Amino acid sequence: MRITQGTFSFLPDLTDTEVSAQIDYALAQGWAIGVEYTDDPHPRNCYWEMWGNPMFDLRDAAGAMTEVHACRKAHPHTYIRVNAFDATRGFETTRLSFIVNRPATEPGFLLKRHEVGGRQIQYTIESYAAQAPEGRRYE
Amino acid sequence: MHDATAPMASETTERAKADAAGTGTVPPDRVDLSALLADSRVTEVLDELDSELIGLKPVKSRIRDIAALLLIERARKQLGLVGGSPSLHMSFTGNPGTGKTTVALRIASILHKLGFVRRGQVVSVTRDELVGQYIGHTAPKTKEILKKAMGGVLFIDEAYYLHRPDNERDYGQEAIEILLQVMESQREDLVVILAGYGDRMDKFFASNPGFRSRIAHHIDFPDYSDDELLAIAELMLHDMNYRFSPDARQAFVRYIALRKTQPLFSNARSIRNALDRMRLRQANRLVADLDRVLTADDIMSLEAPDVLASRVFSNTSVE
Repeated sequence: MRITQGTFSFLPDLTDTEVSAQIDYALAQGWAIGVEYTDDPHPRNCYWEMWGNPMFDLRDAAGAMTEVHACRKAHPHTYIRVNAFDATRGFETTRLSFIVNRPATEPGFLLKRHEVGGRQIQYTIESYAAQAPEGRRYE
Repeated sequence: MHDATAPMASETTERAKADAAGTGTVPPDRVDLSALLADSRVTEVLDELDSELIGLKPVKSRIRDIAALLLIERARKQLGLVGGSPSLHMSFTGNPGTGKTTVALRIASILHKLGFVRRGQVVSVTRDELVGQYIGHTAPKTKEILKKAMGGVLFIDEAYYLHRPDNERDYGQEAIEILLQVMESQREDLVVILAGYGDRMDKFFASNPGFRSRIAHHIDFPDYSDDELLAIAELMLHDMNYRFSPDARQAFVRYIALRKTQPLFSNARSIRNALDRMRLRQANRLVADLDRVLTADDIMSLEAPDVLASRVFSNTSVE
C-alpha cells in the first residue's frame, strides 16, 4: 500500500530534476531545507530522524541534493522526505514537505478492532512493516 | 539510443524558443554567432570590466577567453554537440593589493551573467571556516561551506594556509581532499577560486599537485605601473566624491614614485590608505579655518598640502 504523506504524494514519485526544482522553489521563498528519514510509516509518526542539520543559507538546490543523495545511499530502504522550514515570524513552521524516497515494497497496514464496553469498537491501524524491529523493517 | 534522442530534444526546444521569440527558425546545421552574442550579455559585461578595472591585462584577456568559450558552448548546444562543462576553477596569484579579491568578487557576477554559474553568489572563506578544531569536525564544516557555495563561487583567500607542511596531522589536508573531490565531481555546480601571494601559492601547489592540475586557469596579477596607480587613485576619489586639484595631482605623482621605493608597498591598497589619510588632512585643514564659508568645490578637492604632508616626503628629505 503506497504511503501518501506530504505534498505530491498522490503523484508518481518525483524525479531528481523535479525534486531539485521543488527545492529551488523553497529556497527562492527563503525557506530552510532539511532532510529526514524513517522506517516507521505510521501516519502519526511525525518525528522522523534528521539527516544532518537543517540547511540554512543555501542558494542553490545542488547543495541540498548532495544530502538527499547521501541519505539515500546510507538508507536506501527507508522513507526519506525533504522539509522546507519557514522561519518568518508568524509561520515558524514547515511550509512544504514531500517524500523523495520510499522502500521498494510497502506492505501496508493491519486494521485492528478493539472491543470495549457495550460492544463499542475502537479502530486502530498497525503497519505490517513496523512489526519487525527498527532498522530491519524493509530489508 | 539514449545519445541519439537527447540532442534531438534540445534542438527542438531551441527551435521552439526561436519561434516563440519571433526570430524565425534556426537551421539545425548552422548557428548565427552574432545573434548569440547579442542575446547573451557578454559585450556589456566585458565593457563594464574594462571601464571599472584599471590595468590587469592578463586577467581581462582570460575573461575574454572564457566569454568566447561560453558563446561557442552555446552554439554547440544549438547544434546538439554535447560536451562536458568546462572547468572554471581558478587560482589568482600576485603581490599584495593587486586586485585579487576585487576581481574574485566581481568574477562571480561575470560568470553568472555569462551563464556559467546558476546563482552568482560568492562565499568568501579562509582556513578558519573550512578546517575544524578536532577530529571529525573538518568534514562537516567544509561540506557545509561547499553546500552554501553551490551554484556560485567559492573564494578561498590565502589558500596556502590550508596546508601546514610542518604538521602532518593537520586537519587542513582533510579539507583539501574534500575540496578536490567536489571540484572534480560537481564542476557544473561550483567554481572554486584560490587566491594568495605568488611565492607561497607556488609552494602550496608544489605540495598539493592535485590542486594544480584541477585548476584550469592560473592567473598572475601583475604589479601596477605608476600611471595605473594614478588612474586607480583618481577612480577611487571619484567614487568617494573627491578630486585632486592640479597641484595635488602633481604631488601625488611624486608620492607614488617615492612610495614605491619604500618597503611594504602593496599597490592599490597603499593608494587607498594614502587617500584615506589625505582625506583626514583635508578635513583637518578645513576645520582649522571655521570662519570660512565653504563651497562644494572646497569640500570635494584635495589640495597639494594635503598630499605633501605625507611621511613619505619627509622621510626622503631626512635621508
